[in-house]
Amino acid sequence: MFIINCPYCGERDQTEFTCHGEAHIARPDNPSEISDEEWGRYLFFRENPKGTHFERWTHDHGCRRWFNVMRDTVTDQIIKTYKMGEAKPEISNE
Amino acid sequence: MKYSLYNLVKNSFSYHENWEKAWSSPDLKPEYDVVIVGGGGHGLGTAYYLAKEFGVKNIAVLEKGWIGGGNTGRNTTIIRSNYLWDESAALYNHAVNLWEGLSSELNFNVMFSQRGLFHLAHSVHDMQEITRRGYSNYLNGIDAEILNQDQVAKKIPHINVNGRYPVLGALLQRRAGTARHDAVAWGYARAAENLGVDIIQNCEVKGIDISNGKVVGLQTTKGSIKVDKVGLVPAGHSSVLANMAGFSLPINSVPLQALVSEPVKPILDCVIMSNSVHVYVSQSDKGELVVGAGSDAYNSYSQRGSFDMIEHMMAPLVELFPIFSRLKMLRSWGGIVDVTPDRSPIIGKTPVKDLFINCGWGTGGFKATPGSAHVFAETVFRGEPNDIAAPFSLERHFSGALVDEAAAAAVAH
Amino acid sequence: MSNQNRTIYGGKVNREKPINFVFNGKSYIGYQGDTLASALLANDVHLIGRSFKYHRARGILTAGSEEPNAIVQLGLGARTEPNIRATEVELYEGLEASSQNCWPSVNFDIGAMNNFLSRIFPAGFYYKTFKWPPSMWLFYEHFIRKAAGLGQSPTAKNPDRYEQKFYYTDITIVGGGISGLLAALGAGRSGCKVLLIDENPELGGYLLDYNFSINEKDGKKWLKKIIEELNGLANVTILKRTTAMGYYDYNYLTALEKVTNHHAEFSSTLPRERYWRIRSKKVILAQGAFERPLVFADNDRPGIMMASAGQKYLSRYGVLPGKSVVLFTNNDHAYLTAFEFVEKGAKVTVVDTRDLLNARISEKCKSLNITVFKSYSVIKTYGDKKVNRIEIQQVDKNQNKLTGEVENIHTDCVLMSGGWNPAVQLFSQSRGKLKYDLKINTFVPDKIIENQKIIGSNNGQFNLQENLNESFEAGIAAANELNFNSVEKVNWTGKEEIEFTHSDIEPYMLGKKKVTKGSKHFIDFQNDVTAADIFLAQREGYISVEHTKRYTTTGMGTDQGKTSNVNALALMSHIHNKPVDEIGHTTFRPPYAPQTIGAIAGRSVDKLFDPERKTSMHEWHVENKAVFEDVGQWKRPYYFPQNKEDIHQAVKRECLAVRNSLGILDASTLGKIDLQGPDTAKFLNMIYTNAWSKLEIGSCRYGLMCNEHGMIFDDGVTSRLGENHYHMTTTTGGAARVMSWLEEFLQTEWLDMKVFCTSVTEQWAVLSISGPNSREFLKDLTNIDLSKENFPFMKFREGEVCGVKARVFRISFTGELSYEVNVPARYGRYVWEKFMEHGKKYNITPYGTETMHVLRAEKGFIIVGQDTDGSVTPSDMNMDWIVSKKKEDFLGKRSFTRSDTVRHDRKKFVGLLVNDKKTILPEGSHIVEKALKQPPMKMLGHVTSSYYSPTLGYPIALAMLKDGFSKMGEQVVVPLMNGKIIEATVTDTIFYDKEGKKNNE
Repeated sequence: MFIINCPYCGERDQTEFTCHGEAHIARPDNPSEISDEEWGRYLFFRENPKGTHFERWTHDHGCRRWFNVMRDTVTDQIIKTYKMGEAKPEISNE
Repeated sequence: MKYSLYNLVKNSFSYHENWEKAWSSPDLKPEYDVVIVGGGGHGLGTAYYLAKEFGVKNIAVLEKGWIGGGNTGRNTTIIRSNYLWDESAALYNHAVNLWEGLSSELNFNVMFSQRGLFHLAHSVHDMQEITRRGYSNYLNGIDAEILNQDQVAKKIPHINVNGRYPVLGALLQRRAGTARHDAVAWGYARAAENLGVDIIQNCEVKGIDISNGKVVGLQTTKGSIKVDKVGLVPAGHSSVLANMAGFSLPINSVPLQALVSEPVKPILDCVIMSNSVHVYVSQSDKGELVVGAGSDAYNSYSQRGSFDMIEHMMAPLVELFPIFSRLKMLRSWGGIVDVTPDRSPIIGKTPVKDLFINCGWGTGGFKATPGSAHVFAETVFRGEPNDIAAPFSLERHFSGALVDEAAAAAVAH
Repeated sequence: MSNQNRTIYGGKVNREKPINFVFNGKSYIGYQGDTLASALLANDVHLIGRSFKYHRARGILTAGSEEPNAIVQLGLGARTEPNIRATEVELYEGLEASSQNCWPSVNFDIGAMNNFLSRIFPAGFYYKTFKWPPSMWLFYEHFIRKAAGLGQSPTAKNPDRYEQKFYYTDITIVGGGISGLLAALGAGRSGCKVLLIDENPELGGYLLDYNFSINEKDGKKWLKKIIEELNGLANVTILKRTTAMGYYDYNYLTALEKVTNHHAEFSSTLPRERYWRIRSKKVILAQGAFERPLVFADNDRPGIMMASAGQKYLSRYGVLPGKSVVLFTNNDHAYLTAFEFVEKGAKVTVVDTRDLLNARISEKCKSLNITVFKSYSVIKTYGDKKVNRIEIQQVDKNQNKLTGEVENIHTDCVLMSGGWNPAVQLFSQSRGKLKYDLKINTFVPDKIIENQKIIGSNNGQFNLQENLNESFEAGIAAANELNFNSVEKVNWTGKEEIEFTHSDIEPYMLGKKKVTKGSKHFIDFQNDVTAADIFLAQREGYISVEHTKRYTTTGMGTDQGKTSNVNALALMSHIHNKPVDEIGHTTFRPPYAPQTIGAIAGRSVDKLFDPERKTSMHEWHVENKAVFEDVGQWKRPYYFPQNKEDIHQAVKRECLAVRNSLGILDASTLGKIDLQGPDTAKFLNMIYTNAWSKLEIGSCRYGLMCNEHGMIFDDGVTSRLGENHYHMTTTTGGAARVMSWLEEFLQTEWLDMKVFCTSVTEQWAVLSISGPNSREFLKDLTNIDLSKENFPFMKFREGEVCGVKARVFRISFTGELSYEVNVPARYGRYVWEKFMEHGKKYNITPYGTETMHVLRAEKGFIIVGQDTDGSVTPSDMNMDWIVSKKKEDFLGKRSFTRSDTVRHDRKKFVGLLVNDKKTILPEGSHIVEKALKQPPMKMLGHVTSSYYSPTLGYPIALAMLKDGFSKMGEQVVVPLMNGKIIEATVTDTIFYDKEGKKNNE
């Protein structure tokens, strides 16, 4: 049961949030011009890393805002939360 | 030594000191015809069928921990084949057919217990869904009975049919049931080893050697080996292995939890599933209630889930069975399930030649174990999926030919 | 004779307050302050239950939550509870309990013959047999199941209530023994918010039972003062009778408080248990340790218990469990118990596995007339339902063999002590790493992951003096780390007569027979796992700890191996001749102790299982006898039966009323989303498949939403209320999903679009009036000009209806002239009643969802989720007309051109008319290529909607059919499960008013 630091509301219990999968997957600008395979990759294929993961969450029982979370999928420790539109943080190798 | 009552009695005279190892721990050989990565039920079964039905001689199963230690040993042991789509029905029913003879075939009692499974319907929409699925099962030759409320109340003595979401009816599959999960891994391991398969535990694959687009070797924690063909059956780590081979998968790995209650004398004689109230429960031979429900929505490899999922299992359980309220939760645990967009598995070829994959079983892999292993063995052997496996190719994510069991059941109006 | 084992003086039970209780049908008397276990021992009841597999006689092993043997069925009827540890049950007046897993009685148990057959039932025997013939497994299994299980489940609904509490605190301390208390004091004096949890009714832990001194004065008095000070600190909350169950990520603890379990009367105001969900900035674990059993032949007989348990029964409850006592030990500290027993009148013999003995102990033993057998081991025990004799023999440790004469000791109680294991369950749950400590020979905490401290014997520190100061300082330090001020350190001098010392771990004791040859050296008492079983598992290759555990079931009982795990691992280490560290250990899983399911469910039961959503007209529907249907969380009227109508009669009447005059539907449950902002039209263009740029203010348009897979996922009418203001409707069940869908794209994809979405579902009550008389009817009640010219089909107007400000949409889901009147929710019932009153002259008829479904099916309007299922495209539904060809992009568009989506033989939406004009096809039945006598039959599609049409006088159906558009007029067959084959003709989907004139009237 994580504590998530909502960029708008501060630290709240995980039960107030929902996870929506990998972040930073931009919808293609030109869907009609890309191949079935490229479109399929956009829709379905995910990094699913064992380690640092960038993902989208919503604060459903709060501000209802979407934001991004950088989290380690092995330890489940949240490294950072940040607003939509902000740049993807670097993965440190420490 | 053959397992039988006769031998059990005979060995009791020697205080059971003469039983042989169910499987041994051979050293890794430098070269194999086929290597199966992942020593769960699916992987061990694949090796078994490759040896038995396709006469492959030089096979190894590599397991990074202990065999059966992944989802094979962490599930709620439910077996059924009453799926909606023809493609799924064929695959899972192939499995149930194999389950029925598995204890004999492996000479290991996997305790497949066909005590019947009830899918409960709680609304008009649910009734439409189970009727549609029941008819589809019936016409596919899979046993299905559609029951009304009275029939459900009669067949399941302690169920509460008048709760917040009343039970209006159920879809019953009598051939469905449960099995002893660990025994499946152990039974396949023992039988496979008898056919010459090397079962290597504590051997983690760290790299996949590819030359000219073809798999040629594996780097493991016990050394590197040459291979002709590789079958990846690494539930919980499918993406990790795919990444080693240079491709990605339409998979998210998420935590799934389950729990058991303290053991009590027989009180529930069948398997209950409710998609709307959202819980499934059966009673094990030991007497424990085995309870499961939904998975967490976030990716994780920690084998831990969040506690609110447990709460969301207990409330529905008490809703359906108020008599269980005073029983005690004994143990809960988590596993990693690899979930695909359409909740159907991926079986078949990969972008790398002679590297095959069998993954993405999500929350439903255990029931498919023998069927999955069987069709995958053929896929690996022939280099092409057979008719049952073909619809589950990776390619369907590009063509759009999803086998979407979830879509058919979940939409409310 | 009652309480025959009670000492003349001593103990803390209140001898002025006798308590009557019943065990196995027989009445006994105990005292206030007893546990069920202590009261039974006081009354010389030692046989408590039967073991799981071999049905061996079992007594009381421990005095706490680690008890594997003494588990009973507690209470009667709906309040009965199985598998309750007698060692934890506080005695209350009228308590009734009985033995488990025995028949006909615990004294004469038929199942005990398993013990004689046990030779053919080693670990895992069931994997090796019962395989043939396969059809017989259910038969064999029936008997296996009956033999398994422990107690009985209640068979009636639980009458008790459970409550839950969220709690936030600076520091949570688990364990109210000396370490926990002093940590709480340190932190408490520092001023931070402290929660102290202890599972017992009394604080003090292990020191309550032993004599010790602080600063050379009586330690018990000092302990009392410490507790008094804690009770007086306002910032310290103490929870007794509360077990910390789960330790989850980010210092999230769950705990179960027994609130009225120990009360004789059932409370109508208090819950039975309270479930705590605790979030702490810091956790201090001070759970103490469990004493480790010794593993010798027949070490499971009633009368054999842990030395610390014997100590507790004697000193706390004034119960002498035996008069002729053997202490079997491998460590010094257990001698304290021997001394205590002698003092209370027992004759004590000590069997010590060691050859050297501390001189002070030797002397005291001499002075107390205690015979000590050094380098001896208990090799066998005797006694049918209670131990009455043991055999001991000298052990040559170097040669690992027994030497010398076998000596007999007659005894009625064996106390054993094999050392101590820290209770690392919660620590391990918190991902803390363990290491094997070679000094005390057990697993101790190594690496801490959470923001946590672990102290005292829980951390492997058994020395009193060290614990006193370290624990207090740990409390101060924890507060310090949370930025609370330091308080002064205190220096206490604590002393026990005998200090804890090193103890060996002995995987098993040599017996008369080889451990693998028949004699039962129990490791896991509850699950009947013997040392021989562990040997067998290793022999057969189940070598990983997890394999051993699963194959033998060791550690899988209701005690979760609290007394057995470390011994099992030590034995494995012995067999493989490897250090225990290399053997490893299994993962501890929550909960720490069995945890009431009803308490986890809390108040989410019955009506509160899931909230019911009701419209503002709901009570009117109830008063008018509506039958309800659950749609998501909503309660919707399904139909309104009059007199004794069944559903068919009611629906027929309701349908005809709409077609011929006037019907009214409560459509308030439809999802409603208010969209505002300059980019709304642009946004709708992306969300819906059709075009929205040209929708005029005051106009309504039907729209279809697809997901990015190109599959239909919702539909509804959206109206333009103003320049930048739209009102969207969704399906009832899809409202939240659509809202989230819109937000997802606005917040993550198109951040530059200026659109705001607000859910207004609950803000509006929607009265949908439909039928040829609806205009006539409504015109008297509104100031809106309803004329065809001013207010045509698919338009929206604002005005007053029944004096209430209203939004009226001229849209129709029945195909008749219809108005959807939206009024603020609080006026819903008022307007509804006005409508009913005014509508009398048109025979206004309330109708439910079933009639709505029939009427729309007659018109071929789809219901998303019934006719579609998440795998169909607009094209499949013959709805290409609503898919814009001009728009470059919208959600789902790209997926329409994938190879599978353009396949011509996809299932398509068609109508079906049965040839006999009578049979109503079941919704969900399938069309097959060819009807055969037996399945399998190849399926071509399925019936999605099917009704008797009162308007037409015959049944109609909608279906998905492979390549259906090219099969118009063709014959198809639908086989039913009862063997009947129904023939039908494929038609288009519109059965009534094909030209669509009616709703344009």
